[in-house]
Amino acid sequence: MTADPKGVLTGEHYLDGDHAAAEGALAAGCRFFAGYPITPSTEVAERIAARFPRVGGVFVQMEDELGSMAAILGGAWAGAKSMTVTSGPGFSLMMENLGLGVMMEVPTVLVNVQRGGPSTGLPTLPGQADIMQARWGSHGDYEIIAVSPSSPQEAFDHTIMAFNFAEKYRVPTMVMMDECVGHMTEKVVIPEAEEIEIVPRKMYDGPKTEYLPYEPDEDMVPWMVRAGDGYRFHTTGLTHDEKGYPVMNSKCQEKCVHRLVDKIRSRIDEIVVLEEDGVEGADVVVVSYGITSRVTVPAVERARKDGINVGSLRLVTIWPFPENRIRELSRKIKTFIVPEINYGQLCYEVERCAAGNAETVLVPHGGGWVHDPGDIYDAIKKGAK
Amino acid sequence: MKREVAAPATEAHPMDELLRMDRIPHIWCPTCGLGTVVTAFASAVDKLEIPLDDLAVVSGIGCTGRVAGYIKVDSFHTTHGRAIPFATGLHLTNPKLKVVVISGDGDLISIGGNHFIHAARRNVDITVICVNNFIYAMTGGQVAPTTPLRANASTMPYGNFERPFNIPYLAESSGAVYVARWTALHVRRLTKAIAEALQKPGFSVVEVISPCSTLYSRRNRIGTGLDLMKFYHDNCEIKHGADTRELDIGFQEEITVGKFIDTERPTYVESMNTWYAEVFGDQYEPYEGSAK
Ligand code: SF4
Repeated sequence: MTADPKGVLTGEHYLDGDHAAAEGALAAGCRFFAGYPITPSTEVAERIAARFPRVGGVFVQMEDELGSMAAILGGAWAGAKSMTVTSGPGFSLMMENLGLGVMMEVPTVLVNVQRGGPSTGLPTLPGQADIMQARWGSHGDYEIIAVSPSSPQEAFDHTIMAFNFAEKYRVPTMVMMDECVGHMTEKVVIPEAEEIEIVPRKMYDGPKTEYLPYEPDEDMVPWMVRAGDGYRFHTTGLTHDEKGYPVMNSKCQEKCVHRLVDKIRSRIDEIVVLEEDGVEGADVVVVSYGITSRVTVPAVERARKDGINVGSLRLVTIWPFPENRIRELSRKIKTFIVPEINYGQLCYEVERCAAGNAETVLVPHGGGWVHDPGDIYDAIKKGAK
Repeated sequence: MKREVAAPATEAHPMDELLRMDRIPHIWCPTCGLGTVVTAFASAVDKLEIPLDDLAVVSGIGCTGRVAGYIKVDSFHTTHGRAIPFATGLHLTNPKLKVVVISGDGDLISIGGNHFIHAARRNVDITVICVNNFIYAMTGGQVAPTTPLRANASTMPYGNFERPFNIPYLAESSGAVYVARWTALHVRRLTKAIAEALQKPGFSVVEVISPCSTLYSRRNRIGTGLDLMKFYHDNCEIKHGADTRELDIGFQEEITVGKFIDTERPTYVESMNTWYAEVFGDQYEPYEGSAK
């Protein structure tokens, strides 16, 4: 399926990442948005508020982020593609209903334009310290999908990608931007609607009396219906059986939660999107994501000029983590260098998968700005020795 | 030897169509008021002949939160306090759906209080049935934002000294267009109020004072659910159009019931459509829902 031309602003634009993400949502077919203002993500909401009345969508500024996340779940159940956007403190509040979205298997998108934390932290400056919160922020066990754009163009492209993941796997999907990407302005090319691939919702259309809302299909993802279509289904945040009815025992818990985890965990390689540059045969590989992957480029180039055999592995999807690829590389290389704007989050995933086969070196940054490429270069040089 | 047993008479129950009979027996205690609230809701829906396919019920968490699980329409058992914003998302995406929130006082007025006042302010076209049993029942009898002064709760073991909310006053001052209060005893009037609320465009609120026999009344030594029904019978005064500021409820004191507010105000979607038609003129297509 391709995009509905109504929401697609085909052409060349000069946009910042926040505006581009809004256009990505519109192109993906998002028509229900609920959000709450928070720096540095507000421009996403503002653009959607301006654009929705002309494309038949509804924008509502909610009273808080708890309500925003709950509202987009309701919107999705009524049949809309829905989205919200936030940053640090709001992201924390959204964790509650993110869990409900995971449990009810709601396709929806949450954009987090990351700023420095903890708490109110640095509202107007970048951070990449919500990476583990994206993975583990809501209570209980689950798997999640998250992408991490590094430019306004990618903010557009990856938001569409996030909507597609959300529909395919029926899981809330996150776009983990940061303030730098959100506020940098660059050229964004929006293609023709027919060139934009859209994953349609997996709708059930069988006999009404036979519909089981949580009966998994072969891909472990159940079929969805819309409220109002006459299926008269039930759904709950409680552990449930295939009918969607609560069942309070460990047998049902095992069946229900295991599938939520497995529908993603067993298909990691199908989900993962990586960009590799000179990784094969390298001694050192820099693993990066988001804005940091751009700061990595000059560091890698400089190291190569010095004759160091260094590759770059850029994570487009950060969750689920590309375990297999890191394991495979760890047997061939000496050192992973992991620069991130935090004091160590994704680097622990790299270290876990490297399992002692290769060394893992964190290049931390406390937030508020991006790395000095020189720091990454120094780490590469050391790692090559 | 096999004994022939006459098959039990299997007459359809009048509420079969609206209830998930495969989930009965329900979890509620004997003499709890919740069964009566569900019956009143079912009768109202039946009376209005609302097509069940067009109805959605959303609940939060708690004893009342379980209502969604027993009603055979599109039904959503959500998180604590978030039934109203969830319902807002359902309604705004498909305004043709009749969206009803059925939840408790703790869920709607404490943890969900912010959503309650803002949905009322926006006049989101949903109906809220707030079952008020004066206590957090499912968690074992803690003080609620509605617990009358002096009443005992497990987290107010010496009696409550926090002033409770007066729900009709809160609803009216936040912008609700229909506000009524009845008790689980007033089945006929409650049914009528729910029917009126369901027909009212905009944010409508029906508060139902309901006995919690297991926690509130036992802890306060005021008898069983049945005794509370007797209490409602002897101590409720019907005052339609009463000033909502005067509707506080004291411990085992008189309860004013009735229809207090029934007014007109454009709903959220109506306001949006009117305004955008003014701003954009013919270019604006009135919004009727985004899920086609
Ligand atoms: S605990 Fe109270 S409110 Fe809950 S089901 Fe029992 S009587 Fe009803």
